[in-house]
Amino acid sequence: MPGFKPALSFTLIYLVLIVLIPLSTLVFKSLQLNFDDYLAIITNQRIIASFRVSFLTSFIASIVAGIFGFIIAWVLVRYSFSGKRLLDAVIDLPFALPTAVAGVVLATIYQPSGFLGRWLMDNFGIKVAYTPLGIVVALIFIGIPFVVRTVEPVLQEFDTTMEEAASSLGASRLVTFNKVIFPNIFPALLTGISLAFARGVGEYGSVIFIAGNLPYISEIVPLLIITKLEQYDYAGATAIALTMLVISFVLLLLINLLQLWARRRSGQN
Amino acid sequence: MHTLVDAHGQASRSALNDPKWVRVTLTSIAVAFILLFLCAPLVLVLYQAFSKGLDAYIHALSDPDALASVRLTLLVAVATVPLNTVFGIAAAWAITRFDFRGKSLLTTLIDLPFSVSPVISGLIFVLMFGAQGWFGEWLSAHDIKVIFATPGIILATIFITFPFVARELIPLMQEMGFEEEEAALSLGASGWKTFFLVTLPNIKWALLYGVLLCNARAMGEFGAVSVVSGHIRGLTNTLPLHIEVSYNEYDVIGAFSSASILAALAIVTLILKSFLEWKQGKG
Repeated sequence: MPGFKPALSFTLIYLVLIVLIPLSTLVFKSLQLNFDDYLAIITNQRIIASFRVSFLTSFIASIVAGIFGFIIAWVLVRYSFSGKRLLDAVIDLPFALPTAVAGVVLATIYQPSGFLGRWLMDNFGIKVAYTPLGIVVALIFIGIPFVVRTVEPVLQEFDTTMEEAASSLGASRLVTFNKVIFPNIFPALLTGISLAFARGVGEYGSVIFIAGNLPYISEIVPLLIITKLEQYDYAGATAIALTMLVISFVLLLLINLLQLWARRRSGQN
Repeated sequence: MHTLVDAHGQASRSALNDPKWVRVTLTSIAVAFILLFLCAPLVLVLYQAFSKGLDAYIHALSDPDALASVRLTLLVAVATVPLNTVFGIAAAWAITRFDFRGKSLLTTLIDLPFSVSPVISGLIFVLMFGAQGWFGEWLSAHDIKVIFATPGIILATIFITFPFVARELIPLMQEMGFEEEEAALSLGASGWKTFFLVTLPNIKWALLYGVLLCNARAMGEFGAVSVVSGHIRGLTNTLPLHIEVSYNEYDVIGAFSSASILAALAIVTLILKSFLEWKQGKG
């Protein structure tokens, strides 16, 4: 087969120039910081608050997206009804719709005068836009396709003879679901949830319009990075960015371990 | 053997079915969620854009700042998409047609831009080319602007959309194998001829979809571009940034008319994806 050398050389050069060298600036910049400076930046109350907001809202949103995403995947794979194909295609909308568009439209829907915002306010006294709840709503929107698209193929390939066996041995539908189906789907569900979570922590465009960006309450980490950059505080921006990357990395590592454990328990490997 | 399966077919099918009330409840939840959470925003973009009529819509889009942002967005896409397409083909060719050490590492590294927050993707280019960045002094001495100018926007967009084409092609070309290409080569076709006449026809739909995804993201990227752009009206505002500026100035028609263009692009992307899946399902 020809073309190995040119294809690989081009791939590597382009990868190094576009991705690796730019990303290495983060490492080099943070090496210039001494530890006390770094600690002083990171332990600022407003920055700690933004980390709490970002990680907590992403966590809640990814769990909610996990629950609804699982139901949607189940319905799309197991049931047949008219209009199913169209609904299936719409799932990818949050992937395809630019985040700024999602941001302004979600803010418009959930603001106090918006059509869902007013309804929730009048009937339940719930304020969505310009609160942390607004961030959660935006992140559920962003996270849902990650869950559906990871769970769907696993459900499709799930060996239904296991279900039949359980049922023919006298297990009720609920027991079959709890003991046979769910444990087999759970690792994929975890992957979907962790993808949604990782995306949510770094998400900017769809969040800032609906968040209201109140310091200590609804200010997310990416916004603080931008604020630091606007003040030409490159060191501060880098310190926050690096901390965010490290925390996300550790959390994803933990989720991977949890997944390994779930897989062992359900006898897959 | 066959009759055995058939005899139990009816019974086992009912074992796979949920009770009717479960089916109805779950389907209602799923449909309601999709309609309210995913479809409603899409409809609302169009509703808001045309809320003051067609004239106001056209007027908002022919605003000089809006037109400048459309031009810049097209320029960014034209600079970004071909480069990442060539890269995607080259990377897929190297990874799926040859064995070499570090292949899985390379595949992981290609996905790297997807796992970085858009804001951080912008930040790294500021650290390189910004006023206090690596090349900041040299650039200002030579009067070259990268950050708060078009080159910075293009670089950040290339970074963000880097994996799209490669990601669509690698799994497909892996699955395809290369018997057909080997046959063409052994019959004396040149490498390029084999690529254009054998490989390309086989991957064209996946390639088109990858290009379209790459293009949609290049035109729609907000976070990374917002960091490097500086928001200079009529100069460094792309379409998504123009939406932000208009929205923050309470110019609803301005924001949503621009948003409707990008929403239309998203719909085209989704339609093509469904078409591609239907095509693959048939083949």
